[in-house]
Order: sequence, then C-alpha cells, then structure tokens
Amino acid sequence: MARTPPSADVVPDQAQAVALARYRAPVEVLPDPHQHLAHHFDTPKQQFDAAKVGMWIFLATEILMFGGLFVAYSVWRANHPEVFLYAHTKLFRYLGATNTVILICSSFTMACAVRAAQLNQRRLTVFLLALTLCGGVGFLCVKAVEYTREYRDGDFVGVLNIYQQAVYGKNAAKIHIGEEPQTHAGASTQGQGASATTVALVPSSATRASSPAPSPWPLGLEVSKVTPAPPGPAGLRAGLRIGDEDLPTPKPFSLTWNELPPFAKAHTHQFFQLYFLMTGLHAIHVIVGMSLILWVLIRAARGSFNQYYYTPVDLVGLYWHLVDLIWIFLFPLLYLIH
Amino acid sequence: MSVTGAHPGIFDGLPAAPRPEPGGNYLTQTRGLRSWLLTLDHKRIALMYMLGVLSAYLLGGCFALALRAILFHHNTQVFAGNPARTWEFYNNMFTLHGAVMVFMFVIPAIPAVIGNFVLPMMLGAKDVAFPKLNLASFYCWVGGGLFFCFILLKGVLNVAFPALIHLWGPGGLDTGWTFYTPYSTTTNSAVISATLGAFILGFSSILTGVNFIASIHMLRPRGMGWFRMPLLLWALYATAVIQVLATPVLGITLLLLIAERTLHVGIFDPALGGDPILYQHFFWFYSHPAVYIMILPAMGIISEVISVFSRKHIFGYNFIAASSLAIAFIGFLVWGHHMFVSGQSPLADAVFSLLTFAVAVPSAIKTFNWTMTLYKGDIHLKTPLLYILMAIFLFTIGGLTGLFLGSLSVDVQVHDTYFVVAHFHYVMMGTTLFAFVGGLYYWWPKMFGRMYSENFARWAAVVAFVGMNLTFFVQFIMGAQGMPRRYATYPAQFTIYHQISTIGAFTMGLGMFLVLLNLLHSLKFGKKAPPNPWGSNSLEWQTTSPPPTENFKTRPVPGDPYDYTGWRYVSEEEGYVRIQPPPAAPVPAAP
Repeated sequence: MARTPPSADVVPDQAQAVALARYRAPVEVLPDPHQHLAHHFDTPKQQFDAAKVGMWIFLATEILMFGGLFVAYSVWRANHPEVFLYAHTKLFRYLGATNTVILICSSFTMACAVRAAQLNQRRLTVFLLALTLCGGVGFLCVKAVEYTREYRDGDFVGVLNIYQQAVYGKNAAKIHIGEEPQTHAGASTQGQGASATTVALVPSSATRASSPAPSPWPLGLEVSKVTPAPPGPAGLRAGLRIGDEDLPTPKPFSLTWNELPPFAKAHTHQFFQLYFLMTGLHAIHVIVGMSLILWVLIRAARGSFNQYYYTPVDLVGLYWHLVDLIWIFLFPLLYLIH
Repeated sequence: MSVTGAHPGIFDGLPAAPRPEPGGNYLTQTRGLRSWLLTLDHKRIALMYMLGVLSAYLLGGCFALALRAILFHHNTQVFAGNPARTWEFYNNMFTLHGAVMVFMFVIPAIPAVIGNFVLPMMLGAKDVAFPKLNLASFYCWVGGGLFFCFILLKGVLNVAFPALIHLWGPGGLDTGWTFYTPYSTTTNSAVISATLGAFILGFSSILTGVNFIASIHMLRPRGMGWFRMPLLLWALYATAVIQVLATPVLGITLLLLIAERTLHVGIFDPALGGDPILYQHFFWFYSHPAVYIMILPAMGIISEVISVFSRKHIFGYNFIAASSLAIAFIGFLVWGHHMFVSGQSPLADAVFSLLTFAVAVPSAIKTFNWTMTLYKGDIHLKTPLLYILMAIFLFTIGGLTGLFLGSLSVDVQVHDTYFVVAHFHYVMMGTTLFAFVGGLYYWWPKMFGRMYSENFARWAAVVAFVGMNLTFFVQFIMGAQGMPRRYATYPAQFTIYHQISTIGAFTMGLGMFLVLLNLLHSLKFGKKAPPNPWGSNSLEWQTTSPPPTENFKTRPVPGDPYDYTGWRYVSEEEGYVRIQPPPAAPVPAAP
C-alpha cells in the first residue's frame, strides 16, 4: 500500500512529475496485518489473545513449580526460625541487593522493548532487548561471584556444606558439634565479631536444662549429649533466655553458632540447601529467559516484528517479568530475615 | 429418499447430509510416515497418542496379569529356592504396572486421545489453539514414556535374567509408583532415571492442559457461550485446570527427590534432618488432584453419551457443568486423606476427612443427573451406552467405597490393604477405562469412518464387565479382612479370594482383547460410517466421517448440543440427518 500525495493525478507533464516525485514522501510499504495469521484463527487479535492466555497459564505453572520450594521454605522457617536468622547472615546481602536492582532495571528495559516493538521501532527494540540481555548477564555474573564466595566459605550445597558435614558428615567425629564449623579455606570470617559481643548472652547449661524437649531426630552421638532446646517458633526465645535478669533484648543478628540449640544445628545446613535450590532453579530460569530474549532480539533485528505482529516479544517479556518477580520474592525471603 | 418416520415429504428442499469429498479426509489427504510424524493436525496427533497410550495399556495390562498369576498361589516361587529374588521380581513388576498405568495410560488416555480429537471439532474449530505445542506434548510423552518404560522394564528383566546386568547395567524401580521417601532415597534402584521420565511425562500433560484451556477460551464460535458447550468440554476444561495447577508441583517434588539423591540436600531424607512427610504432602498435592485428571474426562464422556442414546436433553446441564469445576476445586484440598496413618495432626486428619466427604456431593450430583437423563428416555442400548452404564455402575461402587476410606476410623483399619486397591481400581479401571472404551466406540465412526460389529462389541463388554467385578469385588472382602497390598505372598486363608481375582483378571484381559479385535476388524471390514450415526447435535457430527483435515467445509452453527429434535434416523443413510435447517441467527457469545 503506497501513500500517494493528493496532487499526483493532476500533474500535467512528465518532467514535472519526475521533479515532483523527488519531493514525495518515500514510499512506505505497510505490513500485512494477516501475514502471521495461522489458519485456525479468524483474526490476528484472536490469535494474539490466545497466545497471551496460553502464556499466562504457563506462567501459573511456573509459579506453582516454585511454590513447592516456597512451601518447603515456609515449613522450615516456621519450624526453625533461629536457623534462618543465624544462617542468612552468611549470605552476601549487598550482592543480592545489587542483583535485585539489576533485574528490576532489566525488567524495565524489557517493558520498554515491548512498547518499542508495538510502535514498530526496530532499532530501539533491538537496543532495549540488548540492554535487557546485559541485565541477565550481569545478574548471572554477580550470582557466580556469590556462589564462588559461598563455596569458599563452605556454605555450599549438598554434601559440600560444612554445616551438614559438621553434624552428619564423615568428619563429624573431628568437629565437635559445639564448635563453629571450619570453612574450606580456613576459619570463617563472618559472624566472628558478633560472637564477641554476645558472649554474655550464651545461655548456661542450667537454663538450657530448664527447657528440655526430646529430639525426635536420629542424630549423631554429639547431638544427643546436649539437651536439645524446644523446637518450633518458641525455640529462639528459649535458646536465648538468660533467666529472669532484665537484660536488653539481644539483636537478632548477634546469634552465633554456639548459641544455636543442637536441634537447630542439625537443621542449619537446610537453609543453604534451600537457598541453592531456590536460587539455582531461578538461575536456570534466567538462562532460559536470556536465550528467549536472544531469540527475539535476532528476530527483531531481522525485522520480523511490526505493529501488527509482536507476539513473541510480548510473551518473552511476560516470562522475563516473572523471572524478575520470583527474584523479588526470593531476595527478602533469603537475605533479609528478621 | 425414504424415511422411517411418518412424514415422507419432510426432507424436500433440505441439504443432503455431507458426503466425503473426492479429495479425501484427514487420514488420506497427505501420505507417508513424515506427514504423520510432523503433522500439526489435532486428529492425527490424537491417533498417534492413541497408538502410544494403548501400547502403554497393553504393557501395564500384561504386567497386571503377571502379578495376578503370581498371586494365584499363596507362596508362588518364580525362582525356585530364592524367595528374595521372587519378591524383588514382584516389587519391580507392581511398580511397573502402577507407574505405567498411571503416568502413561490413565492420565493421558481420555484428554490426549479423545479430547485431542474431539475438542476442536466440538468447538467447530479447525485445530487446537497451539498445534505446535500439541505435537511437542506428544513427543514429550513419547520421549519420556520410552525412557520410563525402558528403566522400569530393565529392572524386571534384570531380576529375571541376571546376566543382562552386564549388558546394560542395573536399573528398575521398586518403590511403587509413589516414590515414597525415605525408601526412595535409600533404595539401589534407578529412582533418578524413573523420576526424570515421570517429570517429562508431566510436561506433556501440562502442555495438553495449556492448549485445552486456551482453546476453550479463545476458539468458541459465536453462539456458543460457556453454558452452551457440550459437557465434555466442561470436563476437559476442569481437567486441564488441574493438569496445569497440580503437575508443576509434582515436577518440583521430583526435582527435589533427584536433588536429594544426587546432592543429599536433606529436605526429605530423615538421616540428614529432612522430613519424609513433606514428600508425602508434596506428592499427594499433585497425585490426589491427578485422580480427578483421570476421572473428570470420563465423566464428560458419560454426559455426552448418555444423553445421545437416551434421545433426551441432558438433565441438569448447569449442575453437571458446575460439579466438574467443584470436583476440580475440592480435589485440591483433600490430599491429606492419603496420609491418615502417616503421623499427620488429628486436626488435619479431621479436616481432610470432612473435605473428602465433600467431594462426594458433586460426584453424586453427576450420578443422579445421569440417572435422571435416562428416566423416560428413548433408550438405544448401543455399545457406547452399554459401556457408559457399566461405568456408572462401577463408579457408584468405587465412589461409595471412597467414603469408607475417607472416614478416619475405617481408613486406619483398611489403609494400604486390598480394600484401597479395589476402591481405586473400581474408579480408575471401572469408570475411566470403561468410559474411555465407550468413548472410543462412540467416536470410532468419526475417527475412521467405519462401523464395528455391534453384537460382538456388546458381548465383549459383558465379558470385560464380569471380569472387572470378579477381579476387584473380592478384593474389597480380603482387604477388609486385612490382606495388605503390594505383598508377593500371603497367608493361605486368602487363597480363594486371590484365585477368584486372578480368574477375573484374565477374563477382563480377554474382554479387552475382544474389544481390540473388534475395532481392528472394523478398520478393514467395517461398514462405512454415516456422518452422524448416533444422532448427536454437537458439532463434531456435522461433518463427514472421517472429517477433512480442516474439519468442516463450511463452519457449523452451534445450537443446544443436547437438542435432538432436529435429527431423524434415515435407514438409507444408516444414520441421522437434519430435518430442519440450522438456526439462522446465532445467539451472541457470552463474554
């Protein structure tokens, strides 16, 4: 479809017509709205809406998949709040916060990219998609730094976790359960300063014995030597109780390994397991999202999209927002515990 | 044109029934293996699914018969002088039977075969919303299923022929289809591979569900509001909702189980501080709704067939439609009734028990409505209706014994006994399988354009029905007397029940074989099917049998799917033809 000036048919002679043609607006070929219409849909709108409905349903399945992990997290946090309070200090909060900012920004550029695609601005779309991709790369880089440092500290996944090794591992006989577990690279640098300030808050064996509760878990010999503190939400309070003296409430972050009741020590490694499972699954989703963004980026660069057909950009955008949103929940739940 | 009715002139000037085009139909329009394997046509994908699903049924069924054969004697020794090997053999076989039947037959059977074939045609559409996704779902099923079967079969064969271990290494699964921790975290069998297989099969199920929901939302034609849809679509919609919402939870559960076995994360493993009961919660959060994935589409088929063969409008349309959604919803809230003896809190037990009873209400609503549809109907006892009546009968037994199991005190007594086995086989086998076979008979003329032998089909139905009841009814009795499930040997006092059950199982196997024989025979020798052999008013019958690839030459106009007044039997056609033109002005679709 060519845009024709109204004066085109009244040009009297050819020379004039040629001269006039130079000043005409460049011929713009409008895309065919039905170019991408599949045979079983009536209108492009119906097709677009169907794709969007399908994507939203798929996103629901993703949320439910993560939902399993969130439930596991809730169960353990409700049962062992002191574990979460203690263990989360080992994570690198500022790196997590950086990643949050990175992902939110990339979500913003993604939303802009969708808008640019809707407006048929190809170069802008490609640029914004590339920015989004950079956000994904940045996120993964920061995450890699985090994982590396956590590995160095021994706060790693599975049998590589020093807390698991300390309680259940082969070297459980060497490391006493009452001691701070040694990291892979030597002594832990985290939490040491805090423990110095809270020495006075370490409960005496007498106060511990005042709140006995049988441990239902088949733990090792070291664990059973110490009377466990009561499990459940009351565990933290009971573990930190100093008697009837009127002392200031201890800061939550001052909790040290020594102050953890043995029952909690037995579960400390699970915080890190959950952390790695949740962030790991999320990282896989980031990688999938980045692959999808790369795909639409290449298609956008080739000019596959226009104002009538931008469905893939829109759907990939939705997926990327979901990836972002899951991180928005993961960050406070894992890094910012009070 | 001669008419069986009293008004010979009534067809004058009306369009004749659609005839097959010279260009052929979806079976013949393109040829070659490639045109099948890469097809995006929902009908061909449905037929490929049918081949796969029926093969899985054959595999699972053969192992069921093998199990029953072992149980014929109270202390069968398959491998003389080595009872432990016999038990291992038995464990591998019952796991294979359960896992293959659940993940590869009962869950995909009706949605992926009958749903895939019928759903777009009932909507008057050319295809499902996402044809490529549909094909991807099929290949997920094939890939996951082949892997799954390979792993499970390996275990059985390894026990039978130990030399094979040197050929392909250890394998097999002996946890039962539930993968219960802590056993599944410690057993030496191939839990990880089998779990991966089930995970991929779950993906297939999710993709089908997404496709169906989007299709029903977006492809309904003008004039077909939500409450003018055939009830099978309501049932498939409710099923798809469960598939989409529950299957991902199974996915994450299986991933966690894999992580537990590979990384030892200590989420489920009590030896690392984990909680095996959490596994049960996760597992049943999927697997209880999954039993409604199995039963709801069967209920949809029952609703379709019973109305057509009663020549009467379905009774209580709105209630049947709503009860599908109610079952889907309540089905998410009752998983705890599998865990009454797992150490759940008494409060949770009571709540789950109450909610379990609540499921009986929508189920009973359906059953009563089906019965009322029959009441004073003009009943044509063709094969599909025969199967459907059998399915309702069996569902009544299976459903009511579900209430026994839902009540706390009784469940403690019969938990994990043959009573449970009998209960879920009455529902899964009795209802789902019989409705599936009934549905196959019902849509077979549409699928292949051939009629089967009615008399032969009815006799086969009776054989299967007798076999089914012989097999499982005695299991209620021995279960109530305390015979536990999943045991390879048993006290001699239960011998008579087990022997009746085994004889019944082989009778049922014979019945199923006769069904297969009849259907295969019809492909070659059956009479040509008319476009509408049963006189249904839903849209899939308003095209040729079999339909062309694009389903309809002209887009059909939807009406009330259960209004049969516009169709009359014509003996020349051996089917029903329209006696009034379709309604001119379609009612605008409800938003």
